[in-house]
Amino acid sequence: MSIPLFLVQLLNGLQLGVLLFLVSAGLTLIFGVMGFINLAHGALYMVGAYLAFTLTGVTGSFLLSLLLVFPAMFLLGLGLDTLVFRHFYDRDHLDQVLVTFGLIVILDEAVKMIWGRAPLSVPIPAALSGSITLMDGLLYPAYRLAIIGAGLAVAVLLSILVTRTRAGMLVRAGATNARIVAALGVNIRGLFMLVFGVGAMLAGFSGVMAAPIFALEPGMGDAFLILAFVVIVTGGIGSIRGAFIASLLVGLVDTLGRSFATDLLKLTMSSSAAGRIGPALASMSIYILMAAVLFFRPAGLFPAAGRA
Amino acid sequence: MWTRRLLPALLVAVVAALPLVTSADTSAFAVTLGSRMMLFAIAALSLDLILGYAGMVSFGHAAFIGIGAYAAGILDAENVGDVMIGLPLALVVSALFAGATGYIAIRTKGAAFLMITLAFGQMAFYLANSLDEFGGSDGLTLNNRATVAGADLLSSDLTFYYVILACLVLVFIFLRALVASRFGRVLRSTKEHPLRVAALGYNVDHVRLTAYVIAGAICGLAGYLMANQTEFVSPASMTWQTSGELMFMVILGGMSTLYGPLLGAAVIVGLENFLSGYWEHWPILLGAVYLVAALFARGGIVNLIRGAKP
Repeated sequence: MSIPLFLVQLLNGLQLGVLLFLVSAGLTLIFGVMGFINLAHGALYMVGAYLAFTLTGVTGSFLLSLLLVFPAMFLLGLGLDTLVFRHFYDRDHLDQVLVTFGLIVILDEAVKMIWGRAPLSVPIPAALSGSITLMDGLLYPAYRLAIIGAGLAVAVLLSILVTRTRAGMLVRAGATNARIVAALGVNIRGLFMLVFGVGAMLAGFSGVMAAPIFALEPGMGDAFLILAFVVIVTGGIGSIRGAFIASLLVGLVDTLGRSFATDLLKLTMSSSAAGRIGPALASMSIYILMAAVLFFRPAGLFPAAGRA
Repeated sequence: MWTRRLLPALLVAVVAALPLVTSADTSAFAVTLGSRMMLFAIAALSLDLILGYAGMVSFGHAAFIGIGAYAAGILDAENVGDVMIGLPLALVVSALFAGATGYIAIRTKGAAFLMITLAFGQMAFYLANSLDEFGGSDGLTLNNRATVAGADLLSSDLTFYYVILACLVLVFIFLRALVASRFGRVLRSTKEHPLRVAALGYNVDHVRLTAYVIAGAICGLAGYLMANQTEFVSPASMTWQTSGELMFMVILGGMSTLYGPLLGAAVIVGLENFLSGYWEHWPILLGAVYLVAALFARGGIVNLIRGAKP
């Protein structure tokens, strides 16, 4: 294990964390403001990635497809909210789980129908296809740095939006008590639609950014959704700050765990035993993290104020 | 009321007679499909205990199917595949997993419980995937079904069908007694008003954890039998999609009715079997059924039949 290798994996972990944050932020916002568990959020990430595939193929430009995905996903989010989900904000979580679960099944199969089962790939945009020398002996792909940069920029933008704008203030108020906000004369319906649209947009954005580095396959959203759940529960449901910290934590633990678990175990046990336990332990590492956090703080690391 | 005494006996009689009165081909098909339906019914019954009666929305229940199944698979691979060893092992390991994960999950509130059980279920799934010497993601084929104290009793599909039926009946009777017992009444109360139950002096977390462990163990039993029935075990039996299906079986059939999960399991297994023969992309139809059920099916089919409001 060398320093450059460790730093590379550290950066990979950050990159995964940033992608996770984009999906988790939407999920935690939707849950915080509308009290709605959206299992289909991972599917939105998947749709974003597949849209990127088609749009890049049609327009030939990754940047253009990225810009097109934003409004497309926003509209998709609005559509889902208006047509299906708005009936469920008042119903209990079980019903919400059922309807979003049904939607995942439909979306996963629809993707298989339209794009086929075989894994697809999106080429890394030419401008970012090189590597950047960060320090002596450390080469890191430019595109992955771009992901980290873009994700952090979105995080900052989101933070500003939520804390410094009127809409953001309404979102925070809605997360605390939606009924009072509605009683004060705010268009709560519009607020919900906005939150859902933005959440869908963020998830789609994450999907587009992830498309060139992950293989596109039906069901890719589901694995991501599970990670997003771990993030939200660890960070505190309804809390964007919690989602940010937790997603970086989960990304780092997962990536570093997979890379170094076997090596770390070899320090204390035989090579063959480490080789067997290592991978299993690595795949369980984030769940162990989540369990450990919840053991000491059942409401998560940064529970949103006023949330039950 | 004739429904109380006669209906269950009638159902058991019908299911028991089915393979005997139909022609050879239909009989073999009925035995395979019926076994599958009954095994999922056992799993769904166990979920009803915690979901329907205790209000604990667990999205990782399929993990226990996997644990029981892998108990069968691993023992068979190591050539010690006997029910006397395998069954207790499946039950104990399932109970331990339920106890450990339940202990952490139950301390959380509401929606977090759902997400955590989902995450733990996935953890078990990834663990099973990483077991390379037992097939990994491809799964493991059993050499033969478990022997019963050395005797090769379960190798006949028909015999196994009746064994499964007997297990289902036993589980049903056990759960019915449990739900009606004092423990069961306390458990049901925790769904309605946990604070009041705590004020009465009961430890709500302990009650819930006990129910969770019992449900996990019963589901492990279902998994153990499933692996023996198909003579195959793979991580595909413990995906979150399967957990969702189990939930639907309970809800579609009718939560907290015990008959509901039976009906739900039969309907959904039957539907999957039927639809998959017609269209390659049949999951879309199944997803649509789920959506419609979520929108309209209040109380499930059983309550629809009874004419009761949920």
